[in-house]
Amino acid sequence: MARYILKRLLLSIPILFGISLITFAVIHITPGGPTVVQSQMNAKMSPDSIAKLKTLYGLDKPLHLQYLNWLSRLARFDFGESFNDNRPVTEKILERLPATLQLNILSLLLLFLIAVPLGVYSAAQENSVFERLFTSLSFVGYSIPAFWLALLLMLFFGVWLQWLPISGMASVNAANMPPVLQIYDSIQHLLLPLFVSVFGSIAGLSRYMRSGMLEVIRQDYIRTARAKGLPERDVLLKHALRNALLPVITIIGLSIPGLISGGFIFETIFAWPGMGRLAYESAMSFDYPVIMGVVTAGALLTLLGNLFADIAYAFADPRIRY
Amino acid sequence: MKETLKFIKLFSANKSALIGGVLVICLGVIALAAPLLSGYAPDGQNMAEKLQPPSRLHLLGTDELGRDVFSRMIFGSRISLSVGFAAVFISTLIGLLVGAVSGYFGGWIDQFFMRLVDIVLSVPALFFILMLVVFLGPSIFNVMVIIGLTTWTDLARLVRAEVLSLKNREYILAARASGASHARIIIKHILPNAMAPVFVSVTFGVAGAILIESGLSFLGLGVQPPDPSWGNILTSGKDYIETAWWLTAFPGMAIFATIISYNLLGEGLRNILDPRLSGSKERV
Repeated sequence: MARYILKRLLLSIPILFGISLITFAVIHITPGGPTVVQSQMNAKMSPDSIAKLKTLYGLDKPLHLQYLNWLSRLARFDFGESFNDNRPVTEKILERLPATLQLNILSLLLLFLIAVPLGVYSAAQENSVFERLFTSLSFVGYSIPAFWLALLLMLFFGVWLQWLPISGMASVNAANMPPVLQIYDSIQHLLLPLFVSVFGSIAGLSRYMRSGMLEVIRQDYIRTARAKGLPERDVLLKHALRNALLPVITIIGLSIPGLISGGFIFETIFAWPGMGRLAYESAMSFDYPVIMGVVTAGALLTLLGNLFADIAYAFADPRIRY
Repeated sequence: MKETLKFIKLFSANKSALIGGVLVICLGVIALAAPLLSGYAPDGQNMAEKLQPPSRLHLLGTDELGRDVFSRMIFGSRISLSVGFAAVFISTLIGLLVGAVSGYFGGWIDQFFMRLVDIVLSVPALFFILMLVVFLGPSIFNVMVIIGLTTWTDLARLVRAEVLSLKNREYILAARASGASHARIIIKHILPNAMAPVFVSVTFGVAGAILIESGLSFLGLGVQPPDPSWGNILTSGKDYIETAWWLTAFPGMAIFATIISYNLLGEGLRNILDPRLSGSKERV
């Protein structure tokens, strides 16, 4: 097991290397850049001062040197400093990470708690009204654009009913509130983004769960369990569910990149200060070091997520030996 | 011929394929007939009638520049559908090529392409698309190409698996023995038999591409005004969310309807063409 983990960790290094190389190439080969943006904003900027800016950012050096420089700093977990405010990129990412993690971990938990029972139940009720309703609804959930759902909820709960705040993580005056109200306030802010983030994924996971269940139910050992007279509930929940759950572990691992990057559209809508919005803001202002940092950190989280899923799978399924 | 008849029979017996197929055709007809249906020019401004709720004059209301929302949506469907198709065309081409070549040749070529797929899959895709769109500049053309260039990995894997299972069949060995070139074997003998997952993935791909395009346009990174797109009408919807609900409700419904039509068609096609891939109901 330890050898397998080590092997997987070593295998992720070339992948990370490839990602950073591609990202770096895209950033520097495409037209535009921080100096172009700044000279557009200030028409009086002389070519001389543009050159000075480039030297300041280190953009005057040959590309391969810039990349090697970036790599050698990465080896020390140093993503460089932001062009915009000169703060370390690591600091900026760490500042945004909690908001993204809070939302994603909560939504993964909720997703699991809702989608698994839903899938199991609809598999148990094969060909019933419930199952047909479930199939149609899951199609709707699967096809509805998350950002439109977000807008509709804002319209309904924020503008018409005025029940919930429509943006940010906390009210402006939250700092002056007593702790209980502060928690209440942040839950209120969390509800809509959480709902949007969970809603779209429920359909996929529960359909997956359902077909996994249906597959397991047809196996011989389930027939044996039924034949020896076990109640259907025990057959489903004790015998079938355990095996049907295995592939779900992989799916959760695979959904991590989507959760991280998919956030950027509705993080922008809800003004949620997470990684997605950091990516959006830094791309809009051509803040190269921050973009490199965000993409690399996102990829790192993805690789770690997949690794954890594989390890969890090995623990859960004794048939798997590495 | 017999094959086609069998397909048509299965198709009309499959509810989701039939509903999806009819809706997809309707949407296509609406897009083609846009000038006949719209009634107003999509970019015709009329400040005297700005932000009007739906009425008999303006079926779905007007936006902040007094443009008719219904007409903009009808013309927007042309743009969204063309972005969807063009992007899927690009990604299908790359996916087919990469999948076929790495499945057929194996060895270091396969290793190289599959590691490339691993890399592309590990980058949070939307971050990457966002970055490319900002750096290359937002335009319809760039959005098509970028979506195409970032969404080919699933298809490449599917095609590779199909090719792997086909390449050692006897008829392929026979073709090789009779001196057919690699390219001929791949194009003439292998790919036609590996097309089932391709059709399914194309259909789902159109839905996915339209979803990404509308999201980007919504953020101001896709189709640029005054060109109409469902996404950029929704941008006005967000700006005027307090007063003009129709700017949020209708364009979103159009995106939703389009995506669900293509997903229904894709699901139906999957059941018909490749029962192995679908839910186990059909297997009993």
